[in-house]
Amino acid sequence: MRTRLAVAALAVTLAAGCGGSTTPETPAASGAPSSEQPAAGPVTLTYWTWAPNMDKIAEVWNQAHPDIKVTVSKQAGGDDAAAKFLTAAKAGNAPDLVQAEYQHLPSFVAAEAVADLAAETAAVKAEYSPGLWGLVTLGTESVYAIPQDSGPMMLYYRKDLFEKYGISVPTTWEEYAEAARKVHKANPKVYLGSFSSKDPGWFAGLAQQAGAQWWSIAGDAWKVGINDAATTKVADFWGGLVNEGVIDDQPYFTPEWNKALNDGTQLSWPSAVWGPGVLESNAPKGKGKWAIAPLPQWNAGESFSGFWGGSSTAVSANSKNKAAAVAFATWLNSDPAALDLLVKEAFVYPAATKGQAALGDPPAYFAESQPDFWQQASAIGATARGFTFGPNVGVTYNAYKDGFDKAIQNKSAFGAAVQSMQDATVSDMQKSGFTLAQ
Amino acid sequence: MSTARGGAPRSAAPYLFLTPAIVLFTLFLALPIGYTVYLSLRRTKVSGLGLGRGSRREIFVGLDNLRVAVADGELWAGALRVLGYGTLVLVVMLGLALLFALILDSAYVRLARFGRISIFLPYAVPGVVASLLWGFLYLPSLTPIGGIDFLGASAVTYSMANIAVWGGTGFNMLVLYTNLRAIPRSYYEAARMDGASEVAIALRIKIPMLVPAIILTTVFSVIATIQVFTEPTTLRPLSNTISSTWSPLMKVYRDAFVTGDLYSAAATSLVIAGVSLVLSFGFLRVVRGHAFEEER
Repeated sequence: MRTRLAVAALAVTLAAGCGGSTTPETPAASGAPSSEQPAAGPVTLTYWTWAPNMDKIAEVWNQAHPDIKVTVSKQAGGDDAAAKFLTAAKAGNAPDLVQAEYQHLPSFVAAEAVADLAAETAAVKAEYSPGLWGLVTLGTESVYAIPQDSGPMMLYYRKDLFEKYGISVPTTWEEYAEAARKVHKANPKVYLGSFSSKDPGWFAGLAQQAGAQWWSIAGDAWKVGINDAATTKVADFWGGLVNEGVIDDQPYFTPEWNKALNDGTQLSWPSAVWGPGVLESNAPKGKGKWAIAPLPQWNAGESFSGFWGGSSTAVSANSKNKAAAVAFATWLNSDPAALDLLVKEAFVYPAATKGQAALGDPPAYFAESQPDFWQQASAIGATARGFTFGPNVGVTYNAYKDGFDKAIQNKSAFGAAVQSMQDATVSDMQKSGFTLAQ
Repeated sequence: MSTARGGAPRSAAPYLFLTPAIVLFTLFLALPIGYTVYLSLRRTKVSGLGLGRGSRREIFVGLDNLRVAVADGELWAGALRVLGYGTLVLVVMLGLALLFALILDSAYVRLARFGRISIFLPYAVPGVVASLLWGFLYLPSLTPIGGIDFLGASAVTYSMANIAVWGGTGFNMLVLYTNLRAIPRSYYEAARMDGASEVAIALRIKIPMLVPAIILTTVFSVIATIQVFTEPTTLRPLSNTISSTWSPLMKVYRDAFVTGDLYSAAATSLVIAGVSLVLSFGFLRVVRGHAFEEER
């Protein structure tokens, strides 16, 4: 019997070693090493990005610059990518270049993971609007990245179905609420839109539109105002509609939501300028049926928008080839030929002002329904306002997901979720020792 | 032992043979554990805005992180959720594994080989893939079974347990089955001559002889359950009902990689490791006496 026990133990151990199905798979486990450049010969740079076709764009650079070879390592986007970069930086094997979303850049700076490029980028500063430039300087004398793209928000809507249900494009959020009720009443399976508890960036953009300032720097102290009046107003507005049952509570980018967009049971989506790519792949049946309009406003006659997403190119603090990395990042985000490639190959809405001129033909998806897509988009983009992001956005965004999940489940007030974001953010900053203004 | 011939070379030999094991153990087990303990005693301290060079440094905080980890209500709420989930998985999975093993071992079954492979096959599917597969089947608009919100607050635990049972039954079945095959057939012949039915043989001979293997599969399943991570993490983006701290290990992941606090994550890992150790060895201690008494 004892031997049998031992045999069983051995079998179990061996099999478990071969592939335990419960082993956690951390995305940080596969960091690409960057510290293997030879001292002489061509410089090689690794670049973490999730923009499509970036390898093709890097190839154009490589052809023209045999002495600096850029290798693109394709990443999954989103918050995981930021976590992965921070972990790699801590472990000392970060890539030379990294795509950094504006909201994560302060965390990168606080972790001393990105280099200060102030000296090298003075020449290209004029290429970008002051608002975007502020997102990469964080209001300091330093420059931590070069802006690549921006994501001004607008309302995507199904033109044909808006006509079918007899609703006009809402110009205020009040009209939006009315339209939501009307549509859902006409067909209980159909919703005007959905509130996503998984997309804090989306909610941040809507809060920006309402005039929120989640973080600000006052002298030598941070001020955290996530629970300000503007943000609470936005949360309560959506909470009212969700609890009333006239707006869906499906998270975005799930198969369920894709299906609703595709089969026309969801009629609109407040999203950013990068929306066409999502619609094209997730709702192919809607081609030629979607149009865009400015976001509904809080007060009639105003015109404001916010930003959802948008990213920059940062250089690792411990890159051995900083000069070469900055040269590539500058070329990529300010050279006319590169901007043209960014627009055509990577489908980004370039941050460089002159790059926006490269936007000619509308995305194929909108060719019929919104031929002036880019003109509309840049008019809306000019009305977008942002805010400074803090050094612990990861904590805030995680609190958003947990807080709003809970509010949706319990059908409780959304304002409480905003308060939980504020509390989590402040207590994390206090724990770390940041100076906070009262 | 060998003082008669005793010499220095002889006493060095065992250590020489042990060297590879000790080196591997040190590199891949002792060092990481030591590093985790070290991390759990530290924390970063920021001054001012925390933006410039040198505004962030690591300090020693002693047992503060551990104290906070133990006092965290979310960790124990997660442990409670996992306890409910784990009880469900353990009972159903091991019950099914035992049942399948006994059926496959009985003399009357046809296609035993095919049955064995098809029950084992889900184990070969990686956990993430299995969770995604089931996740799609659970989504209201894609599920073939209507009327149930599989990812709703009341059903989500069962839905996750189902994935674990689907993936784990085959493996445990195989362990039990292999042990069953090792039992001498002569016992069964003797029992049959005494007039025992197949069911009686299963209950009176096979299961009692399987007890050590059952205990082992239980211990390993308990450890796997405490570490549940893949299923809830994969289903989380699809549903509003799974929080970022649903299971203790998810909390560790969140602390380390989402909110960037490796030190708290290390402290929480130590707490989880301690609990796993107590549970698995505690279980072994309790059952050992019962299971192996008669052999001594």
